[in-house]
Amino acid sequence: MSISRDDLVNWVKNSVEILHENSEYLTELDAAIGDGDHGINMDRGFKAVLAKLPDFEDKDIGTILKTVGMTLLSTVGGAGGPLYGTFYMRAGMAVAGKMELSLEDWTAALDEAVKGVVMRGKAELGDKTMVDALKPAVDALYKCIDEKKPLEESLQISADAAKKGMVDTIPLVARKGRASYLGERSAGHQDPGATSSYLLLKTAADTWHNG
Amino acid sequence: MKKLINKIDDVVPEQLDGMAKAYPDIIKVHFNPDFVYRADAPVKGKVALISGGGSGHEPMHGGLVGMGMLHAACPGAVFTSPTPDQMHEAARMVNAGAGVLFLVKNYTGDVMNFEMAAELAAAEGIDVQNILIDDDVAVKDSLYTAGRRGVGTTVLAEKIVGAASEAGYSLKQMADLARKVNVNGRSMGMAITSCTVPAAGKPTFDLPDDEMEIGIGIHGEPGQKRMKMKTADEITEMMALSIIEDPPYSRTVREWDKDKAEWVDVELTDPPFKAGDQVIAFVNSMGGTPVSELFTVYRKLADICDKKGLKIVRNLIGPYITSLEMQGMSITLLKVDDEMLKFWDAPVKTPGLRWGV
Repeated sequence: MSISRDDLVNWVKNSVEILHENSEYLTELDAAIGDGDHGINMDRGFKAVLAKLPDFEDKDIGTILKTVGMTLLSTVGGAGGPLYGTFYMRAGMAVAGKMELSLEDWTAALDEAVKGVVMRGKAELGDKTMVDALKPAVDALYKCIDEKKPLEESLQISADAAKKGMVDTIPLVARKGRASYLGERSAGHQDPGATSSYLLLKTAADTWHNG
Repeated sequence: MKKLINKIDDVVPEQLDGMAKAYPDIIKVHFNPDFVYRADAPVKGKVALISGGGSGHEPMHGGLVGMGMLHAACPGAVFTSPTPDQMHEAARMVNAGAGVLFLVKNYTGDVMNFEMAAELAAAEGIDVQNILIDDDVAVKDSLYTAGRRGVGTTVLAEKIVGAASEAGYSLKQMADLARKVNVNGRSMGMAITSCTVPAAGKPTFDLPDDEMEIGIGIHGEPGQKRMKMKTADEITEMMALSIIEDPPYSRTVREWDKDKAEWVDVELTDPPFKAGDQVIAFVNSMGGTPVSELFTVYRKLADICDKKGLKIVRNLIGPYITSLEMQGMSITLLKVDDEMLKFWDAPVKTPGLRWGV
C-alpha cells in the first residue's frame, strides 16, 4: 500500500479545509500566549495554496510539496511562514521526483521536514513549539517501520503521538517565540504551533485512511 | 475603532502609495512584493542597506529610506513580519554588486523571514550579511526566551550604517559597524495607553486610566511590570537607570557566513556604560505622546546622564519608532566613538530624517 499523488493532493486540499475550520481556535490559542494571528495567517496561506494548486497538482510529489512550501513562505508571514514553508520544502526535497510514497518515503519526508523546522527555529523538544508535536510523530513512524506495521495503522499511530505531544505542551513554559517573553505565564496554555502541526498530521491519517 | 483608513486590507498599500506620491524625489514603492526603495537605486559601487519589519512603526522603516540611510525597506502587515520574497526582490533591486546588508530587529518572525531571504539572495550569488538589533533591556534573559527585542537602537543603526555605505564601506566593514552599534545601544519603552491594530479592531491590551506598563515592546508586548502612573521625572529616572545600570548582556546570534555559505553562531556581549562615556540620547514617542512631553523627559534624562558622568554629545527627540497611536515613550542611549559620531553627523535625506543637505 502506498500514498499516490492524488492522495497527496487530497491531503493538501483537506488541510485547507481543516485549517479554515480551526482558524478561530488557533487564533484564540495564539492570543493567550502569542500575538493572536496564527489561525488567520495559516488560513490565508493555505487558501493561497488552494488557489495555486491547479498550476502544479499534475507534477511529481516532491515538486508539489516544494511549491506548497514556497507559497506558504510568501503568504503566511510571522514565524509560521518560514517554519511551515521550510517544513513542506524540506519534505519535498526528500521525495523529489516520486509519484507515490511508501511508509519509508513518508517517514523520510517528515523526518527531513522536522529537521528543517528545528534548524530554522532553533527549537528543541520541550520548548513549547510545533516540534513538540512533530518530533514524536516522526519517532512513532520509525518505530512502526521497525515493527513492520501497515501504512494506515502507522499514520494513525503517528497522528496519535502528535496529539499527545500537543497536549503535553500545556504545562510547559515557552522558551522560543513571542510566548517566551511571558515566562511562567505561558504555562497552562496549549501551543498553537503544535496544534496546527497535529491538525495537519491528523488530516494526513484521515485522508489516507483508505489509501 | 476610529482611524483614518479605508478598507482594512488596503491600509498598508495605500499608506505606501501615499508616501511614494509625497516623496517622489527620494523614494519609489514596488508592489507585489511590497518594498520601498531609494529613487536612485542601485547606488553605484555602494553596499546596499536593507531593513524591514511589520508596519505600524512609521517613519521606521519606509520613511528612513533615502540618501545616507536605508536603500530599501520591506513592510509587512501591521505588526507582522514581512515575507522572504519581499527582502529577496528588494535585494535584487538595490544591489549594485557590492553586496547587501540586512539589518534585522530581533523578533522570531523577522529573524526567520530575513534568514530565508538571505539564503535566497546568497543562492543567486548576491553577497549578503545579516546583523541583528537586540537592545531592549526590559528583556533580561537570553537563555530561556527569544532574547532581547530590537527597538530604538535600530533607528540609530540605520543612520550610522547608512552613512558608512555612502562613505564607501565594504559589506564586512558595514556589518562590523552595525554589530558595534548594536552592542553599544540600550533601550527601554513604556506605555500609558494601548494601540489598536486595524485588522484586530480593538485595543491590543487593557490598561486602566491610572496605570502604566513599563518595559513594553513596540507591538504592545507585555513589559516588565505594570504599576500606578507616576510623574514624568519618576518614570524617566526609573527607565534611565535601568538602561545605564544594565549589566553586561551576553547572547548567541546567528549570522550568515558568506565564505562558508552557512549560518554561524556569534557570541556577543554588551559592554556596560561607565562614567566618561559619550552617548547619543534618543527620546522617542510611541506615536500618541506629543513631542512637547518628550522634552520633559529629555530634561530629566539629561540631568541623570550628567550625574552619572555620561556626556550626551547628540540627541534625537521625536516619533521615529512608533506603535501606531500608543501613548508612551522609549529612551535609547548609544555609547559612541569617533567613527559612529562621524557617520551620525553625515548628511541624510529621507522622508523621516533629514540634515546636512
